[in-house]
Amino acid sequence: MPFHEMFEPDGSIRPCYAEVQNWVERTGIAGLNRRMDEAEAIFRRIGITFAVYGEGGDPERLIPFDLLPRIFTGQEWRVLDKGIRQRARALNAFLHDVYHRGEIVKAGIMPADIIYRNSAYLAEMADFTPPGKVYSHIVGIDIVRTGPTRFEVLEDNCRTPSGVSYMLENREIMTRMFPELFAQGVVAPVDDYPAELLKSLKEVAPPACKGDPVVVVLTPGSLNSAYYEHSFLADLMGVELVEPADLFVDDDRVWMKTTLGPKAVDVIYRRIDDEYIDPLVFRPDSLLGVPGIFNVYRNGGVTLASAPGSGIADDKAVYIYVPEMIRFYLGEQPILDNIQTWQCGKPDECAYVLENLHELVAKEVHGSGGYGMLIGPKSTKDEIAAYADRIRANPGEFIAQPTLDLSTVPTLGPAAVVGRHADFRPYCLVGKQIRLVPGGLTRVALTEGSLVVNSSQGGGVKDTWVLQD
Amino acid sequence: MLSRTAENLFWMARYMERAEATARLLTMGQRMAILPGAHHRDEWRSVVRATGALNHFPEGAQVTESDAIAFLMLDLDNPSSIRSSLLKARANAKSARTMLTQDMWEALNEGWRKLDSYDVAEARQQLPALIDWVKTRVMTFRGAAHSGQLRNEGHDFLRAGSALERAQMTLRLLDIKYYVLLPETEVVGGNRDHYQWTSVLYALSGARAFHHVYGGTYTPWQITDFLMLNRLFPRSVAYCYDQLAYRLNRLAGWHDARAACHDTVREMVADLEKLDSGEIFRAGLHETVQSGLMSTNRLGVEIAQAYHFG
Repeated sequence: MPFHEMFEPDGSIRPCYAEVQNWVERTGIAGLNRRMDEAEAIFRRIGITFAVYGEGGDPERLIPFDLLPRIFTGQEWRVLDKGIRQRARALNAFLHDVYHRGEIVKAGIMPADIIYRNSAYLAEMADFTPPGKVYSHIVGIDIVRTGPTRFEVLEDNCRTPSGVSYMLENREIMTRMFPELFAQGVVAPVDDYPAELLKSLKEVAPPACKGDPVVVVLTPGSLNSAYYEHSFLADLMGVELVEPADLFVDDDRVWMKTTLGPKAVDVIYRRIDDEYIDPLVFRPDSLLGVPGIFNVYRNGGVTLASAPGSGIADDKAVYIYVPEMIRFYLGEQPILDNIQTWQCGKPDECAYVLENLHELVAKEVHGSGGYGMLIGPKSTKDEIAAYADRIRANPGEFIAQPTLDLSTVPTLGPAAVVGRHADFRPYCLVGKQIRLVPGGLTRVALTEGSLVVNSSQGGGVKDTWVLQD
Repeated sequence: MLSRTAENLFWMARYMERAEATARLLTMGQRMAILPGAHHRDEWRSVVRATGALNHFPEGAQVTESDAIAFLMLDLDNPSSIRSSLLKARANAKSARTMLTQDMWEALNEGWRKLDSYDVAEARQQLPALIDWVKTRVMTFRGAAHSGQLRNEGHDFLRAGSALERAQMTLRLLDIKYYVLLPETEVVGGNRDHYQWTSVLYALSGARAFHHVYGGTYTPWQITDFLMLNRLFPRSVAYCYDQLAYRLNRLAGWHDARAACHDTVREMVADLEKLDSGEIFRAGLHETVQSGLMSTNRLGVEIAQAYHFG
């Protein structure tokens, strides 16, 4: 039996969920379901639509919201908090290293091929140090729970992790609908996230910046699936939300076109991919980018957050080495474990994977969003055989992991509280300091037994509470 | 403020104003079609002309109520149909989302695909309810902007857009009435003429206001005076021009810079001040209206140039 976050094996309530249990009993399942409809109506009215990065699908779609919170005790959070910060530091140190001396390769810890032949590695970034040596300013780390005290990292997101608007809106809706739950002040607040984000971004202003840094959020436009989040963050930070066409380069600075004429921009929180940033340097066919912006960046006229080329740190093939990075760069033991991972690119590990595919989860190294993966125990013989052929044809493109005994979180069903698998994405901010608000986005698989929490595959979201003790 | 944001606010207000104006026109069409003497059935044709889109219908072809409702309410190929206008207003709002209050956004976002589910027969059957819905959306939006939006330049762009669109609609309505509808065989001031003039007032929700200003009798001269020159009526051309001048002046103040649009709007206001309804009719209502439409178009282009739209 997987670990249930609300119930002990004997059916009693874990203490941190006692208040939620009282609330469920007071309100009744039918009552909660009615409130759920209300919550959904509020989401729809204020236009919170969202698709998690890379998942595709209808950009105006609403993600199902579950009313029951997922809860961490203060003690659990302290471990997570330390582990997340540690990981964010190591990933940034790694990025600096691979674009400079490559010590981790020289030390024989990582093979050069994985880094330098990776499409996420940008040669254009070599020998350049971004302000504050920060590459990934918002590190989203996907974590699953596999036991009472065991947390494992599923994936790192060092480019533009999305979903933080859901963390904030979920909380907003919960406080609006159940003020009595928050009145006692036992839930740690997350609403200073936008202010912390702005602080972090201002801390990495470029050398050319004089005075208070001008920060903007750069979006591909209102048709993008995460546009709601882009505008939401710009709004909460009180900064301009710009599209590439609003920006231009002149005299070694980046300017935005305003009704008052051009205004210099210092820090760009960009929510567009590397290859679309600058058609002069990356994709010449891109209609999205700002010509010349990369050159200004390298000359210290503007800061791009995150730095181009940060994607090398969240590649699935590189992920395997993060615990080593922590030891190598920080001289510390990893606080959060990786999930055991076999690389099909290594012959002996590949042989193991092919032999045991029926009980493993296999993934494409560059895939995302639950696409292109195989869940061995839930697949037919034919599916497994077909997937094995794909691995044999291109072993370097695949990894495999054990099917984990993921914890389940309480979720509102039509007639009862049920357990559903969930993951968790906190957002770690890196400026001169490292900042982390107590919370994150909990994604939950709404289908019984399902391990896939992606919204494109029927996943939902719920509020995450960190209890203050 | 980003130029693109200014442009989005300006056009968002225009599209909202346009949606409401078209909704009012449909009411006017229905009203005219049931009035005594409405045997020519030109009423719907004239309604379509008021939106400036008559070229979508072949010359001489009859325009039925169904045609008009399909074209003016639902047709996505018609860029000024209610459905197109609301969709575009929402797209503009989405692009300028950070400049809108939550209430303004909700007013635009609530039921934004409602019209997708209607076919012509249903829309015709439920026309009054749909028109009320459109008007309520627009008024909620306007109220939200009025009561909650920061009085910064964004608000001025919004109000300028709405004043420009409104001036154009009033001008077009006057044009239809005088130039298109009046059958050659009928005397100005005749029975049918009377009903049609009052329809124009109704379309602008100005019938009662008109009584308060001019007393009980309708004459084309008084109605023209009211719709062109009366500064108390918020849909009159004069009121809208004043509003444009005021908003553009504020923008010049924010930016400490004047451009061609500021001179143009001053001339528009001054030229209108010289007129009275007698002169309008002597010079020709149609000519006066056409020159008004030309200046408002020019003003729109000059505003875009001054604030670097596009």
